[in-house]
Amino acid sequence: MNIFKHEFKSYLKSVGIWSISIFLIILVYLAAFYSIADDLSMMDDLLSSFPEELLIAFGMTDLNFTSILGMFGLVFLFCQICLAIQASNYGISLVSIEEREFTADFLLAKPVGRGKIMTVKLLAALAALTVTNLSVWASSFLIINFLNDGPPIDNKPLVLLLASIVIFQLFFLTVGLLISLLMKRVRSVTPLSMALAFGMYVVSAFGGMLGDDTIDVISPFKHFEPNAILTSSAFDPLVLISVAAILIAVPISYRLYTKRNIHSAV
Amino acid sequence: MSIIEVNNLTKYYGKARGIVDVSFNVDEGEIFGFIGPNGAGKSTTIRLFLSLIYPTSGEAKIFGKDCIKFGPEIRQEIGYLPSEVFYYEGMKVLDLLKYSASFYKKDCTKRLYELSELMELDLKRRIDDLSYGNKKKVGIVQGLLHSPKLIVLDEPTAGLDPLMQQNFFNLIREENQRGATIFFSSHILGEVQRLCNRVAIIKEGSIINIQDIKSLQAENYKKIRIAGESLDEKAFKFDGISNLQRENGVLSFFYKGDINQVTKLISDIKLSDVIIEEPTLEEIFLHYYE
Repeated sequence: MNIFKHEFKSYLKSVGIWSISIFLIILVYLAAFYSIADDLSMMDDLLSSFPEELLIAFGMTDLNFTSILGMFGLVFLFCQICLAIQASNYGISLVSIEEREFTADFLLAKPVGRGKIMTVKLLAALAALTVTNLSVWASSFLIINFLNDGPPIDNKPLVLLLASIVIFQLFFLTVGLLISLLMKRVRSVTPLSMALAFGMYVVSAFGGMLGDDTIDVISPFKHFEPNAILTSSAFDPLVLISVAAILIAVPISYRLYTKRNIHSAV
Repeated sequence: MSIIEVNNLTKYYGKARGIVDVSFNVDEGEIFGFIGPNGAGKSTTIRLFLSLIYPTSGEAKIFGKDCIKFGPEIRQEIGYLPSEVFYYEGMKVLDLLKYSASFYKKDCTKRLYELSELMELDLKRRIDDLSYGNKKKVGIVQGLLHSPKLIVLDEPTAGLDPLMQQNFFNLIREENQRGATIFFSSHILGEVQRLCNRVAIIKEGSIINIQDIKSLQAENYKKIRIAGESLDEKAFKFDGISNLQRENGVLSFFYKGDINQVTKLISDIKLSDVIIEEPTLEEIFLHYYE
């Protein structure tokens, strides 16, 4: 419990910043789209004149600018990128931070096993991500209902979309953790988490553009395509790939961490 | 009873040598010195005790229990001061010490304040603002606050001023009298001689000698340098003198034996300068183990 408290406290600032950022992204973009909603119906015509490949690349195939939910689908993609970076950050630095900042000599010399340290750290990161997640729920409902002056929105697809955040975050958290443990030393976290988050986005976007559906299936951006979820009100079965990745990454990470040699500062 | 039992412990980092086939025992209540030059494998051995790293072969037991299998359990009674101290940035000293104390089953609050006072530690300051020496003090308090049965010190005196070193040595002696066993790693022969009952000397990953401190002192080498105008090298060619060198009118050599014999000899010569000092550990290694 002491470790959990210590860890969770260290996330507070970051959670605050991410939550506020995502709130602002939703507010600004959705308000912007909504204020030009009338012009946007023409946008549908415009979009349909773009080459199909380009639309696929930017996830704009199922765009529907006639309803606020349709717009939210596009805005949510930006949220997903933020959530992916945040979760990757937490995953990659989860245990590597102790080695990078040489506090491992402190923590691991205490009477706790590595397995337990990892469990507690994962739970603390998960708690931090859940707080962010809840704030995305709140922001989404608040802003959508605040802006919407048309007919009341259908909650089911929105709830489904927001519910997808948990698995989406878990994917980047656990895969990030695994990557950090496969490396000998993680010198800097941000470039890695950016690479993981944007890399997955690019794989999903350009995999789609190339029409090569063997590669984009590894990306959670593909599994949780906002507009697909919003239009079909259901998850793509590809979600199972994300779940499988999590289920594989976690036990391997435990194994690697409990066997890991922690080198000294000098 | 052996507090530490090391059997054929070997650690390679890939192909790089850590330690090779190290075996020794440390008995309850001892202050055991572990001495060797930098890179000899001192920290490697200690990190194996704490299962920060895992052995390539062999085993280490503490309190009769395997270091890896019973890691968390035995660490309940180990206090460890790493050679380089790093703590969570942005934390206050008191918060860190309380966090440290929260890992142990006993209540350490009283001892925490006692030790901090003894080491003259300002508990309200942020750790990032502390000097190296002050961080080291945090390390000392952090390592001792749970009154452990085994105290593992990895080059603990670096960064401490002489007065603090004295405080620290007294503290270690007190802990020892209380019943704690001390494992003291250092590359400074003098401080090991001052504090320890027994020493193991490690070089290039292997233990080359384990001695009690009295017999080590009995073969106490002195490094002597004399300067003068008419120095006769031949007068110094007798038993106990080694590595005799002459350079720019300065005669230097190592001496082992009755010190009076050499001082009598020196007193007969007209000198401009004389230095009698402890050889450094490196010099001892250079001359007696190669």
